[in-house]
Amino acid sequence: MESWRKNKLAFSVLVLPPTAWLVIFFTVPLLIMWVYSFAERGPQGQIYLAVNFANYARAIEWIHLGIIWKSVWVAAISTAITFAVGFPLAMGIAFAPTRWKNLLLLLVILPFWTNLLIRTYAWIAVLRTRGFLNFGLEWLHDEFSAFFALIGLPDVMGEFQALELLYNQKAVVIGLVYVYLPFLVLPIYATLEKLNKSYLEASLDLGAGHWRTLFSVTMPLAMPGVVSGCLLAFILSMGTFLTPALLGGTDSEMIGNLIARQFSSSRDWPFGSALSFLLLYLTFIILWVRASMASRKRGPI
Amino acid sequence: MNNFSFPFTRRRFLQGSGAAAVALTFSGRGVSAQEKKLNVYNWDTYIGETTLSSFTDNTGVQVQYDLYANLEEMFAKFQAGNPGYDVIFPSDYMIETMINADMLVELDRSKIPNFKNIDPNFLNPSFDPGCKYNVPYMWGSCGIGYRKSKVGEVDSWKILLDDDKHSGRMALLADQRFVIGVTLLYLGYSANTTNPDEIDAARDLLIKAKKHLKGFVPDSGQDMLISGDVDVVMEWNGDVLKVMEEDDDLTYTIPKEGTVIWVDGLCIPKGAPNMENAYKFLNHLADAQVNAEVANTVHYATTNKAAREHVAKADLDNPAIYAPDDVLKRSQALADVGDALPLYDAAWTEIQAA
Repeated sequence: MESWRKNKLAFSVLVLPPTAWLVIFFTVPLLIMWVYSFAERGPQGQIYLAVNFANYARAIEWIHLGIIWKSVWVAAISTAITFAVGFPLAMGIAFAPTRWKNLLLLLVILPFWTNLLIRTYAWIAVLRTRGFLNFGLEWLHDEFSAFFALIGLPDVMGEFQALELLYNQKAVVIGLVYVYLPFLVLPIYATLEKLNKSYLEASLDLGAGHWRTLFSVTMPLAMPGVVSGCLLAFILSMGTFLTPALLGGTDSEMIGNLIARQFSSSRDWPFGSALSFLLLYLTFIILWVRASMASRKRGPI
Repeated sequence: MNNFSFPFTRRRFLQGSGAAAVALTFSGRGVSAQEKKLNVYNWDTYIGETTLSSFTDNTGVQVQYDLYANLEEMFAKFQAGNPGYDVIFPSDYMIETMINADMLVELDRSKIPNFKNIDPNFLNPSFDPGCKYNVPYMWGSCGIGYRKSKVGEVDSWKILLDDDKHSGRMALLADQRFVIGVTLLYLGYSANTTNPDEIDAARDLLIKAKKHLKGFVPDSGQDMLISGDVDVVMEWNGDVLKVMEEDDDLTYTIPKEGTVIWVDGLCIPKGAPNMENAYKFLNHLADAQVNAEVANTVHYATTNKAAREHVAKADLDNPAIYAPDDVLKRSQALADVGDALPLYDAAWTEIQAA
């Protein structure tokens, strides 16, 4: 078969539209932001073009670095939990009978059909003091109280105390895990799906148990998907601003909220641009570390 | 993800999340006479049911009507030059910002005879002395919504800012200028101060108060109030009014220290393509009957004195809508603080990070 790359006309016809799209709607706006990040804020929030590093100097003040650090932590914790939940899920789908696979995949993707804002509001309804979860717990509590009263132990359960589940860091993590789970499951599923199952059979035949097989064979083979999935979940969680704003408490502000504020009520686009680029550089560093790790692995065996 | 209105929206209940993206066209397309057009850019749910049709009936001018979800979105559009609008509805500080940025037309009063209907209380606002650039429209306040059976009577911002009696049962708005503004008022300063020491004092008080708060919530305090998540919130009067109708135990008050109020004005942006029609529209909205129809639809307080005769009595008698004059006197509208805005931003960041 002739490589389609050799046909210059077809190649350029296919490549030109996406390239133009990328340049006009991604590269150029990014470039504008980069130019803005060196600008000065006018008294009414005007953008006076200049070459000064004051925005970057302000962006790396301790307080902003602290917020970035907190965002890294929140993102890392939610990614870890997402992985703990997502890996077994991906495995389950990959090893499920073929006729179930598509349905299970559909269920993973299904939440995307609803707006993120609505899904986050749904979590408010579930987690708040008078929310569904607390209602459920209260019901259980009442049932148990009735049971203990029946066997002659009244008051052993005490009064029901609603759990404070919303408006704190935990709620933010729950929200992030929920939102970014599919982004982690899909790449892992893709690698597991392609994985040659005879390796696993060989491992089991040669005497390794199921756990040993999981950690010594399945996981290492699925590593590229695991790394991609975790990176995706981590980077997306890092930049989020909707989840902490709706589910977070008084100390949940993340870097995304800080940036969003610069483009709205604080009307400081130059500072906002500098913060965005700081985040972008950070993301690049993470991707670079991943790339160099990957190339080292591919080195001489 | 950009088209939802939170966290910048305020006081617009029932706001569709896609308000920004929605552009309703009331006029038929391809209207022949070019000069018979008017392009209006307004908040969502902020006009009467018959306002536009009666305007078209009276003048023959077709109205093209677009919506914005928050002021910053509107302002961003004008920063690159007027995209073709004739009439806009900015609020207090934004009017001043747009005057300073040379974006508004100085109004020719002779073309707005109905201006005489405006309440004298609103004729000399700090953000536009003498109302040279705006015709005052509606106003409202940011006060305390609370559950009577849990907190009793509330008359001071102290309960939210300087008191731990209802620790964990309170919330403030996620709006830096309004929250820092009322804190400044509580401390006896101006809500529009540019003095860094006063802003720092407000910041320190808020950092202390924060331990007792459930959160800084984006315009959802009324939902938390009615669901029982909190007992005291700082909220817009329009939002609390909504839940007061559903729950008798909830009420709204403006504390004795006064509060930050908002006043929206009708303005003509520079470069308006249909200037004469814009004046006609301003005059139309300042008409007593027309204005009252708007007020009866949106349930905000009108600044139009003549219109009050036609406003529903239930609204007029409701202190949560028409605050008493002495409360109004102690209150302030936000002004453009210019170069001091980054000070507010820095204080807000420190409050959030503390």
